[in-house]
Amino acid sequence: MHGIVSVIVVSIIITDFLLLSAGWLKSAIRIVAVQGLALGLLPLFVHQDGLSFRLTAIAILVIMLKGIVFPRLLMRSLREMNTVRTITYYVGPMASLLVGIAVLSSSLWWGYVLPLPDQTGYRLAIPMVFFTIVTGLFLIVSRRQALMQIIGYLALENGVYTFGVFFAQSESMLIEIGILLDVFVGVYIMGVMVFHISREFDNIEAGQLSTLKDWFQNRKELAGKDPES
Amino acid sequence: MKINLLPIVHLVLAMVAAPLLSGIINRTKAIMAGRRGQPILQAYHDLFKLLRKGAVYSRTTSSLFRLGPIVNLAAIITGLLLVPFAGCPGFIAFDGDLVVLAYLLGLARFFVVSAALDTGSSFEGMGASREVMFSILVEPTLFLGLFSLSRLSHSLSLSGILYASGVTGWIIGAPALVAGTLFVLYLAENSRIPFDDPLTHLELTMIHEVMVLDHSGPDFGLVLYGSALKLWLFGALFVGVFSPDLTEAGVWIREGYALAGMVLLPIAVGIVESSMARLRLLKVPQLLVGAGALSLLATILVLG
Amino acid sequence: MMILAIILIPACAGLASFVTRQNIVRRIVLIVTAIMHLALTAAMWLQGPDPIMNGWLQLDALGLVFLSIVSCLFMAAAVYGVSYLARELPGTRPDFQESDLFVNEPEAVFIGCLLLFLSTMTLVTCSHNFVVLWVAVEATTLSSAPLIYFHRHHRSLEATWKYLLICSVGIALALLGTFFLAFAAAGKEAGGVPLVVGELIARASSLRLPFIKVAFLFMLVGYGTKMGLAPMHSWLPDAHSEAPSVVSALLSGALLNCAFLGILRVVQVLNGAGAGDFARDLLLVFGLLSVVVATVFIVAQLDFKRMLAYSSIEHMGILAVGVGLGGLGSFGALLHAVNHSLAKGMLFLVAGNILARYHTKSIQMITGVSHELPVSAMLWMAGLVAITGTPPFGLFQSELTIIRAAFDSGHLLAAVVLLAALGIITAVCLFSIAAFFKLIKIEVAD
Repeated sequence: MHGIVSVIVVSIIITDFLLLSAGWLKSAIRIVAVQGLALGLLPLFVHQDGLSFRLTAIAILVIMLKGIVFPRLLMRSLREMNTVRTITYYVGPMASLLVGIAVLSSSLWWGYVLPLPDQTGYRLAIPMVFFTIVTGLFLIVSRRQALMQIIGYLALENGVYTFGVFFAQSESMLIEIGILLDVFVGVYIMGVMVFHISREFDNIEAGQLSTLKDWFQNRKELAGKDPES
Repeated sequence: MKINLLPIVHLVLAMVAAPLLSGIINRTKAIMAGRRGQPILQAYHDLFKLLRKGAVYSRTTSSLFRLGPIVNLAAIITGLLLVPFAGCPGFIAFDGDLVVLAYLLGLARFFVVSAALDTGSSFEGMGASREVMFSILVEPTLFLGLFSLSRLSHSLSLSGILYASGVTGWIIGAPALVAGTLFVLYLAENSRIPFDDPLTHLELTMIHEVMVLDHSGPDFGLVLYGSALKLWLFGALFVGVFSPDLTEAGVWIREGYALAGMVLLPIAVGIVESSMARLRLLKVPQLLVGAGALSLLATILVLG
Repeated sequence: MMILAIILIPACAGLASFVTRQNIVRRIVLIVTAIMHLALTAAMWLQGPDPIMNGWLQLDALGLVFLSIVSCLFMAAAVYGVSYLARELPGTRPDFQESDLFVNEPEAVFIGCLLLFLSTMTLVTCSHNFVVLWVAVEATTLSSAPLIYFHRHHRSLEATWKYLLICSVGIALALLGTFFLAFAAAGKEAGGVPLVVGELIARASSLRLPFIKVAFLFMLVGYGTKMGLAPMHSWLPDAHSEAPSVVSALLSGALLNCAFLGILRVVQVLNGAGAGDFARDLLLVFGLLSVVVATVFIVAQLDFKRMLAYSSIEHMGILAVGVGLGGLGSFGALLHAVNHSLAKGMLFLVAGNILARYHTKSIQMITGVSHELPVSAMLWMAGLVAITGTPPFGLFQSELTIIRAAFDSGHLLAAVVLLAALGIITAVCLFSIAAFFKLIKIEVAD
């Protein structure tokens, strides 16, 4: 039991590294699907009060949602949006990998600092959670495309949900609320917004979603415009 | 008496059987491509042919050029002395010999690179700079991997580190990660796809081949033999990490297992080489840093 | 019972608006719901409602204050909104800023989401269980996103995308904070403490203290994103300037306050657990940072709706500083919340008038407001004077209270920063008033 959880935790960390260094949108979608699958298996093996029907239902729901539904939605959005298939960066894959290594090392420090009791017995749980969360945030910030921002958000949610599975099982409904977050925001963002974005722009990049700026960011263009016209 | 002879037997076996490995790789690739391919003993024929030839030395080169292949071979043979095989400790074993091994490999690489730069040709220089850049990423990975294994087995000698992890150890956790990392290093250090294509004839796409482009005759023979021994060395490292706990088994079972591993590894490399193309040069550092991250992860798993 | 009514009536009205066919019916539903909501709120002032659902939903004095703000603002917004929608032309038409063609969102979606927005904000004010609070704040994000995307062109799409993404990241972090809180509550007692504010305060000694602090940090960052605290504020200027003015008024006046309420609930728990200093220090830091950032960005704004948005950020910073000072400062902060919402709501609605008349958001290009729209001009001037904290308006009193609290408690740096920021912003607003009335001319330097 302990062994399988270690395998799952290590594979989630590996998927985070793969996400940071991915070069194609399709592979990023597949990696986040694998991450969701690995997470979905967690409640089956991490339980403080024994495997209950609730945990099994949660596991099945999460596997279906994160492993099947969301990747399908993302793939469909990818097809509809007329975008380049490679990932475009503000921070390149090498630098992202190095940042990931630094973040993993500091997550270890977090793991030592937060005196979470050994009721879980998994030393790597907290570092993995923080690493996944920061990876998600980093992907949102350092990738140009809207689709990669969504994938980063999914990674962030994965991290938060994993924390819930490890440490907040006893509080009623809390994990289910986390899944609810997934469903709402996922369907909302992916289904609705990407549809609108794809209709609005021909070639979608979040770099294009940046026309709204303060005037001093636009002043070169403003200087050319005659204000009295 | 038999126990003392085993390291010598292993050493002789390594020196005799090493050129077989590249033959196995080439045969596997040929079979996967639907051809019959070279004979497995082709490397021996090449070595003997080269030893009979004369060497041509350019006027721009110095004695460093002649020294390069010699020191390369010497360093690798010395490294072979340290590596254990089939559960038996190496010919020489002492605390900290893993550091010596890494530095011996570095010494070999240094002299090959220096000989390449000594020719003054731009192709060799390009190959040298690429080789050195990859080695910057390879060496910390190797160190981290070996360090995590040494933490796990509480030993500072290669002979204690390898063949030490039990079966439960290698299914999950650090040894599995280190084994994966070592496989990537096996491909990287021996200039296999996806890092370097040994079959390319375009100098601009070569890394290792182009460094030794100007060696001829016996020198080139020494270079080829050194590469073969390096294949054996890394293969022995990988088999050592990947093996289960066999201390109770008899000598023949251990030998058989190790030899089987040494043969299966080139077959796996051949399959990998046939299924992938060489990576773009920009992507190679990414893969190496990824391998480095894996060995860092292994180290993290072992610490604490 | 009353709590259920006040939450469910707007929700049902909103769902009903999605399916009604005629605009008139929908607008009538909107006004009627607003009136009923206001009436229920007034009734709750007279007699406090009973807690329901095991104490998960109850209305205490703090919630009642914020609920009243929401209700009043919504009433004004509903009246304004009906005439706003009546004037909106159907079909595609050119955008005044870039001459691209765009179309409006279906009115059903707009009014439906408006009512759902009201319902979810009411839920935020009534919830005492942290999980319900989180769900409600998340629901406000989801229900207000289509409101920003009313004029369907690429700028508002971008604003909506930023809003949705940044606020969802904030909400995910707030969920992490709630998980930490749950972990802290599952402490030394068997079965743990339910995540209800009152219970957590009452049984504060059995909570794990370090995790309460971490939980507060995450929830501050998470709900602070929705509140508009710097450095998580980047969605605010875009969303407030691209949304229709009705929506901007509600976002600024009501939604930011509801997010603030979420933070206040956690601060209550921390105070009960004895870690109040930690909370107050963090609030001071974020609050002062917001004030400074807003001041810097407001100095050279050319777009009056963005200017109002940055002013909202500044006032949210003042709220955080007020609570961060504690005691008298908290009182000042709540007073400030009420004053600010009313003033900012009015300002945004008047801005809507000006925008509708002049079809431009640039301060430079608007001339002669006092002739064209005399009432709006007077209200605009009064509003700008009010929002900077000039007497005799209420904001002066609340800001004075907060600054006095800063001096009293020895936070001299905070007081000085606040005074400096307020001074600069007053100057900026006076400049823009003068520019509006063509007393001076603003030019863009290269």
